[in-house]
Amino acid sequence: MSNPQHLTYSKEHEWLTAAEGGVATVGITAFAADALGDVVYVQLPEVGDTVAAGDTCGELESTKSVSDLYTPASGEVVEVNQAVIDDPALVNSEPFEGGWLFKLRLDGEPEGLLSADEYTAHTGG
Amino acid sequence: MSLRLTALDAVHRSLGATMTDFAGWDMPLRYGSEREEHNAVRTKAGLFDLSHMGEITVTGPQAGELLDHALVGFVSALAVNKARYTMICAPDGGILDDLIVYRTGEAEFMVVANASNAQLVLDELTARAEGFDAVVRDDRDAYALIAVQGPDSPAILGSLTDADLPGLKYYTSLPATVAGRPALLARTGYTGEDGFELFLAPADAEAVWAALTEAGASYGLIPCGLSCRDTLRLEAGMPLYGHELNTSLTPFDAGLGRVVRFDKTTNDGAFVGREALEKAAEQAAATPPRVLVGLVSPGRRVPRAEMNVVDAEGTVIGSITSGAPSPTLGKPIAMAYVDAAHATPGGSVAVDVRGTHEPVEVVALPFYKRAR
Repeated sequence: MSNPQHLTYSKEHEWLTAAEGGVATVGITAFAADALGDVVYVQLPEVGDTVAAGDTCGELESTKSVSDLYTPASGEVVEVNQAVIDDPALVNSEPFEGGWLFKLRLDGEPEGLLSADEYTAHTGG
Repeated sequence: MSLRLTALDAVHRSLGATMTDFAGWDMPLRYGSEREEHNAVRTKAGLFDLSHMGEITVTGPQAGELLDHALVGFVSALAVNKARYTMICAPDGGILDDLIVYRTGEAEFMVVANASNAQLVLDELTARAEGFDAVVRDDRDAYALIAVQGPDSPAILGSLTDADLPGLKYYTSLPATVAGRPALLARTGYTGEDGFELFLAPADAEAVWAALTEAGASYGLIPCGLSCRDTLRLEAGMPLYGHELNTSLTPFDAGLGRVVRFDKTTNDGAFVGREALEKAAEQAAATPPRVLVGLVSPGRRVPRAEMNVVDAEGTVIGSITSGAPSPTLGKPIAMAYVDAAHATPGGSVAVDVRGTHEPVEVVALPFYKRAR
């Protein structure tokens, strides 16, 4: 699956939308979802949590392992995706769409993120 | 050190498999979704490359006596074409590996060791052969091993061989021809399902894999990797070396004392580890060791190997050996060694999952048993 051009990416394999009204959406990439295997449990941050870029803010459990979830940007969590909590397989089947994880009210401009092409190169694509 | 490749390596790459380093071999972890692969084996059929397993052939007039001396089982009592699950133990009784031994002739046996222990088993058997009129041969490069597992596997394999599959009972083997290639067919497996393992010349592996793929297509057979093999064997309650079995445990500690045959009549009943194992058996009878149990979680966090099992007060009463989300049960499951006082099915304990005590129910093994 190719990496959508309209998103920005962290080296830890999260994606971030451009902010609309100061709020951006976070998910993990198809590359990360594929590396994890079938995701069976997601623990997301809570609405109201304040997170700083690079913080651990949750975990993703797959058949074989548990991985920390990092936030690619700083801000306040304003929404989490209940659909993905109920059906973690959405992370695998729709990583860039229905499998989004949480929404952040950003504290300013995110830093150090990669473009789609840069991320593709980062993952050896 | 570069990874060893199986005879089917090019096939795995053409199928887009996710590969993993397993005991020095580059093996397919999964081809697509490990959950789909797991479910295919439970409901239809799955195809596995198990060429990393270690085959060791033992031949000679005293091959049976040698194996009776070297292993804990009564191997020389096996009829030709029968197979047995057994173990090789250290002189102190610790488990060096668990094995399947096939009697392939009056004076010929094939010992199949785990990939991670194959060299050790080969070295031990070679050393223990001294004084016996028998030859231990490293046959790891002589065989590719393909398994077809699942309820439709008899129909799929049956379409490619004239061998008497209905007459081939569980834990029995048979020299046969599959898709025109010679193979040792064995009705053994590690998935909890009916199925077969095919020991082949490496040069024949691709052709037999292709024939099975084609014959199985209409049944829903798909290639399956090591990831689903692990969840299948966990549901079936089967021990895995390095998890449920290791050198610090005797077969009695692992609840598998029945594999130790003190009633052997060869070598005057002597075998490597006998004295230590007799003590272990007495001790197990007097003071029950920790018991291997199943755990089922009502939640979604998965107990993993080496996590602690705790009681209501938070006291450590055991340790997880294997854990995974069970595709068949739809819940996380685990195997654990727990204190005998907490081993009763129906009991409630907890698992320390990264600092949170997640309640789990103690259940009898296996988690899954196929209808026969």
